[in-house]
Amino acid sequence: MSDTTTDEHAPHTLDRVVIRFAGDSGDGMQLTGDRFTTSSALLGNDIATFPDFPAEIRAPAGTLAGVSAFQVHISDHDILTPGDAPNVLVAMNPAALRANAGILSPGAIVIVNVDAFDERSLTKAGYETNPLSDGSLSAFTVYEVPMTSITTEVSKDAGVKPRDAERSKNFFALGLISWLYTRPIEPTLAWIDERFGSKPLVREANVRAFKAGYHFGETAELFESSYEVRPASLEPGEYANITGNTATAWGLIAASVRSGLPLFLGTYPITPASDILHELSKHKHFGVRTFQAEDEIAGIGAALGASFGGQLGVTTTSGPGVDLKSETMGLAISLELPLVIVDVQRGGPSTGLPTKTEQADLLHAMYGRHGEAPLPIVAAKTPAHCFDAAIEAVRLAVTYRTPVMLLTDGYLANGTEPWRIPDVESLPTIDPAFATGPNAEGPDGTPRFEPYARDENTLARPWAPPGVAGLEHRIGGLEKADGAGSVSYDGMNHERMVHLRAAKVAGIAADIPPVEVDDEGGDASVLVVGWGSTYGAIAAAVRRVRARGLQVAHAHLVHLNPFPSNLGEVLARYPTVLVPEINMGQLSRLLRAEYLVPAMSVSKVQGVPFRAAELEAIILEHMGATAAAAPSDGKVSD
Amino acid sequence: MADTATTNGAVPVPLTTRKDWTSDQEVRWCPGCGDYSILAAVQMLLPDLGVRRENTVFVSGIGCAARFPYYMSTYGMHSIHGRAPAIATGLASSRPDLDVWVITGDGDSLSIGGNHLIHALRRNINITILLFNNQIYGLTKGQYSPTSEVAKVTKSTPFGSLEQPFNPLSLALGAEATFVARTHDMDRKHMMETFRRAHEHRGASFVEIYQNCNVFNDAAFEGITGKDHRAEMLIPLEHGQPIRFGADGEHGVVLRSDGTVHIVDVAEVGEDQILVHDAHRDNPGLAFQLSRLSRGPFEPTPIGVFRDVERPEYGTQMSDQMAAAEARRGGKGDLAALLRSGSTWTVGAG
Repeated sequence: MSDTTTDEHAPHTLDRVVIRFAGDSGDGMQLTGDRFTTSSALLGNDIATFPDFPAEIRAPAGTLAGVSAFQVHISDHDILTPGDAPNVLVAMNPAALRANAGILSPGAIVIVNVDAFDERSLTKAGYETNPLSDGSLSAFTVYEVPMTSITTEVSKDAGVKPRDAERSKNFFALGLISWLYTRPIEPTLAWIDERFGSKPLVREANVRAFKAGYHFGETAELFESSYEVRPASLEPGEYANITGNTATAWGLIAASVRSGLPLFLGTYPITPASDILHELSKHKHFGVRTFQAEDEIAGIGAALGASFGGQLGVTTTSGPGVDLKSETMGLAISLELPLVIVDVQRGGPSTGLPTKTEQADLLHAMYGRHGEAPLPIVAAKTPAHCFDAAIEAVRLAVTYRTPVMLLTDGYLANGTEPWRIPDVESLPTIDPAFATGPNAEGPDGTPRFEPYARDENTLARPWAPPGVAGLEHRIGGLEKADGAGSVSYDGMNHERMVHLRAAKVAGIAADIPPVEVDDEGGDASVLVVGWGSTYGAIAAAVRRVRARGLQVAHAHLVHLNPFPSNLGEVLARYPTVLVPEINMGQLSRLLRAEYLVPAMSVSKVQGVPFRAAELEAIILEHMGATAAAAPSDGKVSD
Repeated sequence: MADTATTNGAVPVPLTTRKDWTSDQEVRWCPGCGDYSILAAVQMLLPDLGVRRENTVFVSGIGCAARFPYYMSTYGMHSIHGRAPAIATGLASSRPDLDVWVITGDGDSLSIGGNHLIHALRRNINITILLFNNQIYGLTKGQYSPTSEVAKVTKSTPFGSLEQPFNPLSLALGAEATFVARTHDMDRKHMMETFRRAHEHRGASFVEIYQNCNVFNDAAFEGITGKDHRAEMLIPLEHGQPIRFGADGEHGVVLRSDGTVHIVDVAEVGEDQILVHDAHRDNPGLAFQLSRLSRGPFEPTPIGVFRDVERPEYGTQMSDQMAAAEARRGGKGDLAALLRSGSTWTVGAG
């Protein structure tokens, strides 16, 4: 946070800031954070967000369990994570303060809704003394703002009931922060108009609260100055701020358009995947069918039925749903039909941590079916990357006639980042290459259709949806005779089919890019290998290490099965291979088993992403360096 | 299939025979199994329906009955246990041009797949469900099923089953089914007529077929479907006709003022008191009563179409919504516009 301004009236210029909005689940913190993010994005900042909320819709008010937070990192240069330690905390009540004070950076600004710091609320939050007066916040700059009372006061003569008026206090907070960081107010006012247009009283209360917050900052003389974060110099192009779930949904639509295959989503609501269903259900004019099934099994069953019918069958879920879908995934492997299974991973086992992120389904994706049942796995690494990853999953599914698992997670699903909108023409084309006629001859020389005759290169079987005369065929979960596809219990045939199915998936390695290694200096001895949503934290940690004049390499896997063809060679180049994962070491286990390298697991399973600083420390430790021995120049950011 | 018959003018449907609908696979049910006659009834009916092989799909789950698709020379899928209605739902709703049949058994669709069955019926998916009910698990070699009678002694219930069986027709009616019928494997003509009606129905059609498993539950229905017993033990339901049975129609069914139905001697109550069957009644209450007239295949049991009412079919409604969305948006979706539909900003070069 370099400070370069001298004029006392002009805002101080910051290169980046991490702000965390925290309140009760019903306080509207997600919406507040989202609006602040949008106006920052429109201003041209680079951004990264981290919504962090409880599983309960309304946990008991005022308790630590009910605290909902939204963290946003805005900057004038490219950033990789939502930030380790917030520079600003907006705390709507004592519980929100208590839950978040521990993670703030030294000297952070803490803005509290002082109206909520009464005896009862303090007790509920577990405070024995008032932190605003007991000196426990002395490391921070604390601003006490009576948000509730000003909010209710400004709406007094608008005909709004006091109880309803009070609910607008999140807009007061948004107004205040908008002033503090010189965000334009027009986009938010326009948004309030659109969102609450049909409820004039609510609209009015929100507008008044928002403006009151903004004016409070300007006039209260509480704050020494305001700040600005200038636009980032991102790659030229048109940008949108996008969540991982929206990017996944749009990627699926894009793949449908680019393949000409109508999209059929069979699914069952589950946190944190439901937003993909919500988004896709809006786009019926793209020929998208969304089917909310009676259960997870029916969701994937209907999707597979649609695939049999020549549609792009997709199912979306999270861990517990994957358990239930496993049998149908096995059937899809046996039927060799295209199907995409999106697993938005969350903390497990069982119901686990529905709203918290985890990467612990990798081995499930890899091995979670009975029998020898391999399928390709693709993992998205950032919210925006979910778009490309979804298209890639469809490409592999259609080309190789196989179910493909697309792994995202709760952090990617709800997190956002600026996404450079691609040119539609630059997106991959996907050829369904439906079967058009007989592909074999019967014993008497008559042409016939063999549903399991394979393409020489891809080993894919023909896809022949009903409706074409002469291609009638029956397929099923029983083992099939190689080629003809009729039921076969022959042991040698079974072995051949097991090998063919495995070879087909393994062969995809020739059709995916080699893994790229980010090794600036070229002679790093430590390689950090990651997959999925750890991308930002690993890349930021690597930046931090390099800022100390040290070398470290980073490789990030998008394809988890098969692995890129050069992975073994890459791993062998580095004496030390670290594998940070939000699980107990699932990828590291695969790498050790596959390549016989001493890959070391760096594990964290706390329902939250890695912080750049903790990975930095671990990398340094493995280099034999310490933070003190090689100080950073302080300019690096995450 | 050289000759063609013209239906609806435009595209002629090839004339076919049973042989055209028969695949080259050897049928592997036990000799004497009731499944053979059901297969024959379907293969003999299809040439009469004016449908095409390439537009016909049989989807099944697991069990003896589930091998059925292999024996048809149509498109087909032998899927996994209980899931055929779910798979057929995706297929039928996204491909309204297809004729989708679901072949299932009492274990497949009333036990492991019960959930999918009731929801397919409720949604009124355009599928024709043939449930082969033999009141036993055959493929796993003789355990009791959800339609087995109480106290049934089987391999898994050596001291007798404790479970109240499902009445498949009551279940289907309770699940908002729009077409509900029953037939049996001893009467090919009745099967063909029932299947024809089921196929004609738009939406989900549910047909229970009493089917003999001569290995594990032989003669379970003999007491009502045997040639010598039919007249006295089967009550044919025909729309618009008084519900009568017996060699001379001497028995009949009456509706009492408390809403229950009962078997009477026609001579005792008078012909005008006999209930006239109305399969098109919107209220399923009477059909439900009829479904419970018999407590099992040891009492006079109604067969035929219990209920046949119209309700919008799911796939059509789905297509209608898509067409309406297109009309509202002034055409098919534009991908480039979708990607720019949120708040966007532009970063200039340099």
